[in-house]
Amino acid sequence: MKYVIMFTSTPELDAAVPPERRQEVYGRIYEWFGEHAGQIDDSGAELHPVATATTVRHGSDGPVVVDGPFSEAKEVIGGFSVIDVADLDAAIALVKSWPSLEFPGVAVEIRPMVVDYSQFEQ
Amino acid sequence: MSQTDAAAGGEPEGAAATASDLLLARVVREESGRIVGALSVSLGSLDVAEEAVADAVVEALREWRARGVPPNPGAWLTTAARHNALDRLRREARYRDKLALLAESFRPDPAAAGEADERLPLLFGCCHPALSADAQLALTLRAVCGLTTAQIARATITPEATVAQRIVRAKRKIGTAGIPLRIPEGPERVDRLDLVLTVVSVMYSEAHLVAGGDADADRDLAEDALWLAQVVADALPRDAEALGLLALLQFHRAREPARAIDGDLVLLGEQDRARWDAALLAAARATLERAAVLRRPGRWQLHAAIAACHADAADAASTDWLQVLTLYDMLLAYDRSPIVRLNRAVALARVAGADAALAEVDALEPTLARYYLWHAVRAQLLRERGREPEALAADLRALELTANDAERRLIAARLEA
Repeated sequence: MKYVIMFTSTPELDAAVPPERRQEVYGRIYEWFGEHAGQIDDSGAELHPVATATTVRHGSDGPVVVDGPFSEAKEVIGGFSVIDVADLDAAIALVKSWPSLEFPGVAVEIRPMVVDYSQFEQ
Repeated sequence: MSQTDAAAGGEPEGAAATASDLLLARVVREESGRIVGALSVSLGSLDVAEEAVADAVVEALREWRARGVPPNPGAWLTTAARHNALDRLRREARYRDKLALLAESFRPDPAAAGEADERLPLLFGCCHPALSADAQLALTLRAVCGLTTAQIARATITPEATVAQRIVRAKRKIGTAGIPLRIPEGPERVDRLDLVLTVVSVMYSEAHLVAGGDADADRDLAEDALWLAQVVADALPRDAEALGLLALLQFHRAREPARAIDGDLVLLGEQDRARWDAALLAAARATLERAAVLRRPGRWQLHAAIAACHADAADAASTDWLQVLTLYDMLLAYDRSPIVRLNRAVALARVAGADAALAEVDALEPTLARYYLWHAVRAQLLRERGREPEALAADLRALELTANDAERRLIAARLEA
């Protein structure tokens, strides 16, 4: 099954992590992608900080452009990947080994991807 | 436990109808989980399988109540469920390719000897941590125990529409998110078994927490929980914790006859121990011993060992409180939840006095201030220290917070005394 995993963190807690530690974990993230290459369908993308986000939102007189992310939540999405594994248990086991999870405020959301479009045909 | 035990609740009217409902519930319970398990495997869809069996259960309850239970109820339910599944598959285009599967491979054989219990993978899937606790309980009750949505709604004091929605969402999530119906291996196994045992334990205690219900009115869920604990323990005889939970529920069940008199709750310390079910207490002790032999301690065994301490005391005064306190101290290594700490404080009061216990209880205020038992325990301790006005205030607060009639009467009786 294919899942999109979304890496999220809390910017104010991220700021408290010492730079050398961040660098060390960054190295392990690089290794993580190498080690799990067999389960990663698309390594996806790492995103620039949320301060660079622009959102286009529905407006009654047409789309409105605003500064900032789509959600008011404290957590922000920092990147995503696509994995292809047997089931949710395998996805959870893989995600549990994500190196950044040792930092407070970090969370990874697992969402199944729509792959069978026949369900929309009836 | 025997059928007469369970039927001895003393229903005021329609005793015959109730007994036959009880029998129907048992037959359904014994068969439906197996059929859901087998059908899920052949269809690859819990959603279709569970729906088909749930409809068959409703049909069975109606049919069998009118005409009696057929000679082979398992076969009757299987045929009805298979028929319902075929109907659903034909209706929905996305399932059409599964039709052939059902025709070829669906031959569940509940009597197959030596085979692993197919209800266990289903149960472990229903108790997946990716489902909410409410959903785990509702889905387990329906898919594994064969309760109808209406029965679950009544037993858990939840609107029927809410229960139905919870079950539908949980089943969809299992299908869409790829939650496997199996017993996990490796390090996940222990955690998942604990979740399964937690759901069974909640099932048992829900039976006592029916808001507005009387103490006698809600025996069924407790019996379902006891049955399920037995199913799990039988299927996993090397898992000490599964035996631990079974022992715990057997101890609780054995004390049940003394726990409520004419619908009024009686506290453990004041129960007439002659009313305890001696045979079931013996069974509970034997279960706990079987667990101990496996030398894999855990929180459910410790809970059961605490229950055993109470069962071993001839009367409340001869309770070995030091032993109870020691067991609670060991339990804290597994479970530091406020409820465990509150119960430990009760034992601490008997060993070290009310002041020491009060200090412990007061430290729990931030988490338990809205829990009626926190106030009730505190009231008791304050009273022992002669702080009557504070005790009275605490009892009144407990009274405000309990939603259960029997518990309310118990506290009210204490206030009148």
